[in-house]
This record gives sequence, C-alpha cells and structure tokens, in this order.
Amino acid sequence: MKQPVFELTKGMLPVETIYCPGCTHGISHRLIMEVLDEMGLLGSTIGCGSIGCSVLAHRQMNIDMLESPHGRAPAVASGIKRVHPDKLVFTYQGDGDLASIGIAEIIHAAARGEKITAFFVNNAIYGMTGGQMAPTTLIGQKATTCVTGRTVEQAGAPMRISELLSSLDGAVYIERVALNSPANVNKAKKAVRRAFEVQEQGLGFSMVEFISTCPTHWGVSPVQALDHLKEKMLPYYPLGVYKSPEGGEQ
Amino acid sequence: MNKKVLMKGNEAFSEAAIRGGCRYYFGYPITPQNEIPEYMSHQLPKVGGHFIQAESELAAVYMAYGAGAAGGRVFITSSSPGIALMQEGFSFLCSAEVPTVCLTVSRCGPGIGGIQPGQADYLQATRGGGNGDYKIPVFAPENLQEGVDLVYEAMELSDELRNPIFIFADGLLGQMMEPVLLPESREVICPSNIRTQKPWALTGYGADDSQRNRVLSLRMYPEELEQHVEKLFKKYDKAEKELVRYEAIGVEDADVVIAAFGSVARIAKEAIEILAAQNIKAGLIRPISLWPYPYEAFDMITDKTKVVISAEMSMGQMMQDVKLGVRDRFPVRLINRTGGMIPTSIEIAERTKKILEETGGQ
Ligand SMILES: Cc1ncc(C[n+]2csc(CCOP(=O)(O)OP(=O)(O)O)c2C)c(N)n1
Repeated sequence: MKQPVFELTKGMLPVETIYCPGCTHGISHRLIMEVLDEMGLLGSTIGCGSIGCSVLAHRQMNIDMLESPHGRAPAVASGIKRVHPDKLVFTYQGDGDLASIGIAEIIHAAARGEKITAFFVNNAIYGMTGGQMAPTTLIGQKATTCVTGRTVEQAGAPMRISELLSSLDGAVYIERVALNSPANVNKAKKAVRRAFEVQEQGLGFSMVEFISTCPTHWGVSPVQALDHLKEKMLPYYPLGVYKSPEGGEQ
Repeated sequence: MNKKVLMKGNEAFSEAAIRGGCRYYFGYPITPQNEIPEYMSHQLPKVGGHFIQAESELAAVYMAYGAGAAGGRVFITSSSPGIALMQEGFSFLCSAEVPTVCLTVSRCGPGIGGIQPGQADYLQATRGGGNGDYKIPVFAPENLQEGVDLVYEAMELSDELRNPIFIFADGLLGQMMEPVLLPESREVICPSNIRTQKPWALTGYGADDSQRNRVLSLRMYPEELEQHVEKLFKKYDKAEKELVRYEAIGVEDADVVIAAFGSVARIAKEAIEILAAQNIKAGLIRPISLWPYPYEAFDMITDKTKVVISAEMSMGQMMQDVKLGVRDRFPVRLINRTGGMIPTSIEIAERTKKILEETGGQ
C-alpha cells in the first residue's frame, strides 16, 4: 500500500471552492484549520467569515461558523466572545473588508484588547467585486478603478495595517507573513499557532496578516503572481513580528 | 410581595431587559436614551452579564448579531439617527434568524434633527429601513409599565421567533418617571447549556463535527434564496395573525375616532375627556403592535362616526395605516405636531372639534 504524501486536513471539508487558480485563500484556510486540528480545538472554535471571495469559507472550514456583513466581523466576534469566553473566536477578512469598510471595527476590537484573532488576507485588491482598488493597492498598481495605476495624488498611499494596529496597547500579537514559498508558508503556520495561543492565554488581540495573491485581478499567471508578491508587495509590506507579548518587535 | 418603584423610563426598560434574561448589551451614546447604556454598564456585571460601549451603532448591532448567534440573550438600544445606522443589521439579523431585542427612544428628524420626542421613524420601524424582504414585530408602549412588560416579554418572544423584536418608545417615555411594578427575574441559560436550548446556536460543536452549526445570510442560488425568504414569510404570516395588539375605547358609539400610539395616545385619552365634557363622543384606537398593525380594530367603527383622525408626532406617517384600516368608510384627517413639538390635550381636543365641524358633524 502506498502511503499518501499529502492529505486533506480534518478541519477542511472536501467541498469545491470558488477560488481561481493561483489564489492563496486556500492556503490560509488550510493553515488555520491544520493548526486548530493540531491544537485539538476544532470543536471549540467559532469562526467569523466576512464578505469577499472567502464568503463561502464556512463550506470548507469544518467548525461552527457564521457570515458577517462587510467589514463587521470584529464586532461580531466581540459579541460571540462575550458569550463563550472559553472558546477560540477568529475573523477571516480581506483587505477591502478589514482595511476599508471595516477599519473602525478592527481598530476598536484591537483597542479594546478583544481576546479574538483576526486573519487578514492582504491581496492588494478587491477580488470578489472584480478587481477594484483597495486601501492596500500599491502605488502604480492597476485596478479597475485606477486603470492607469494608483497614484498618491488621487488615492493616497496604501495603508500598512499591521503597523497601524501595533500602535494600540490592546493588540498583543501581530505578525505579517507571506504565502509565496514553502518556507514562508511554514512561517505563516507558526504565526497562526502563536496567534491562537495568545488568545487561549487571554492576553489580548492577535492578528496575522497574510500577504496573498490575486492572479486574476493582477492580470498575471499564478506563477508570475508569486514573483509579483515577492518583488512588489514585500518591499512595501515587510514581513515580521510587529507586536508580541515578549516585546521583541521587529 | 413585589412593590411598585419610581423609576425613570430608560432605567425601567433596562431593568426589565435584565430581569427578562438579557446578559449582553451593546450600545453607543445618543440622547435621549443615554441612561440605558449607563445603567447596563453598572448593572449587568453584577448579574454576570456583559456590557460593551460600541464604537458606533453599526458595531453595536453586529455585536448583537454575534452574541445572539452564539445563543446569548441580547438587548440593544438607540435613538433615531443611531437606529438609522442599524438598519443593515436588522435586515441581516432577520435573514440569519438571530434573536435580538432592540428599543428605540425616538427623537425627531430628518437628519440629526433634534433631541425632543418624535414619532417620525414610524415608517422606518414598520416598513423596514434595511434591504430585502423581512419583517420585524414592533410594539409601542404608552407608559412605563407597559414598556417594562413589553421589553420583558420581547426577550422571550425574540427567542421563540428567532427574529429581532423592536420596541418603539418615544423620548417622552424614556425621560419621564413613573411608578412601575418590575417583573420577576427569569432564569438565564448557562452558556454551557446553550446548545441544548438553542440547537442552532454557535458554541463550538464539541466532540462531534456532524453537529456543526452555521449561521448564514448569503444564498448563492436564487432558488435557495427564494425558498429561504418564503420560509421567513411563513413565520411572519403567523406573527401577523398572533401578535396584533391594541386598545380600543368607546369606539362603537363615537362621533369621531382618534387613532394614536405611544405618548400621543396618552395625551389623546385626556383630550377625549375634554371633548366628553362638551358632549362630544370621541373614541380611541391605540395600536400597541405597530407591525402587525391592528387594521381590524377599525372595523368596530359604526356609521354613527363622522370622521377618523390620526394623531401623531410626525407629518402623518401612521395615517397610511389608518387609511388602510378605514378602507374608505370614513374620511381620515391628521392632527400632528413634529420637530419635537408635543401636542397638548387641549390642542388635540380643539382640533378634533374643528375637524368634526368641517366634516359635517356637530
Ligand atoms: C455593504 C457592502 N458594500 C459592498 C459590498 C460589495 N462587496 C462584496 S465583496 C467586496 C470586496 C471584497 O474585497 P476584499 O475584502 O479585499 O476580499 P477579496 O474578495 O479580495 O478576498 C465588496 C466591496 C457588500 N457586499 N456590502
């Protein structure tokens, strides 16, 4: 009998996704579910989905879960956590969701030191609605609402959310990771685990920002998207631990 | 023996919510309901409950969605502009079938308007200010005791219906003091028992992933969404039959019938006495449920009546429903003040007399 080299983790249901080839949503879904499985906490976790390409994540993520309206997941999670302080509660949000329409909710959840974890998928674009500019779209990057490329004059500079939230005392663990290489995916998994541990220990708000791809709306192939992520995204969005309970900021 | 206590409306409603089993309150300051978040902030922790001062009414309604979906008993409150911000949330709560009790202590608009009492959010409350096909039962008290009883009852009703329940109190009721008899405290479901009482709630599935729960609003396929909306409307049809409430006084032999709700109904009751002293028989229909509206109450009006009046603190928002109830059997006229002006009983009596004269009465 051949041994399988790769299997679906228990936290992921064998359901078709709506993601395009080369999209990294699937990787971040899997990492979160794998970590919960390893921690033995799939049955004591409540997930808050959001509005964006990942709106149907509840079909794949094998946990108790709900859909939040656009941008409001951190408020929803705060409500859930009051009822079940002993359960893990997380949000899963895109950059339009978290950094634009939901910026008040994420800042205040972090400021209150909510014992929740936010997973922030930064693909520098609005995926689901067809590739419009996001608050995280890079200068010069083309989008359907800035067809010749984003300019500072017209739209301001892209927001760095990990840095912004790190300035709040209630935010205890914040790390930016990337999903472009096996090494970075492994680091991302460690960050996911650390964020959940911080929540379990009741230390405060935690967030992992996944620098992600969107080949479809970047107008590149899946392979080119990984290069684009490395060459364009990472210089503007440096990876690392921005806040940790030990203090060791990077 | 339970004794009556003198309380301010906002505090009485808050206490009624706690006694009704509410353990989660989320609110944002806005006059004239500020005493509610204040009261909840210091009283809820004493009974093991939780208070969050939300960053906005938008956040408050979605904290309610989260806590409600997690099986908690939730109370949220605001006043007109804040209720306007919550509308998307009400639509979402209905669609996802999550219980929540919401109270407005309404002021006047449009816009930031003013902080004095108003009823100009009637259409927003009864027709729904959010998107899509949904309905929310709305109850309007005329005094603090009725407000206390309605909030207390709504806590249970909201869980039964798995739908928000809306209590419409105007700024007068929030700010006045009256003696009230507070109900007995209800037993509260312990969070570890939520799954047995609310099998749909999000608690973490425990050991068996076949028991996992999801609370959803999006339906990708039109067939599926149509079925879902039809299911919701079966629930609303039932509510429409069972939740109609009103008070009717002297309608059968009245020269004129006044329809009024909330504080205005109370003022109208005094106006009716003034008119009686002048040998004019005025009846009152006081809707307690604004949705479902007590249209059938208007069938009690006999041919002896010359005219039906809608008395309101708005430009005539309820008059549409009065007309639907009257079905062209009688002329319908409006007595109203708006902008925070409160009609006096003398004013209502005099304007009623004048309308009666104009419509061929005395
Ligand atoms: C209130 C509201 N406004 C707008 C939308 C439309 N909308 C759906 S998804 C989305 C953007 C999602 O982009 P992002 O959060 O970056 O996630 P992605 O799709 O890229 O994963 C928008 C604007 C909505 N559903 N609700």
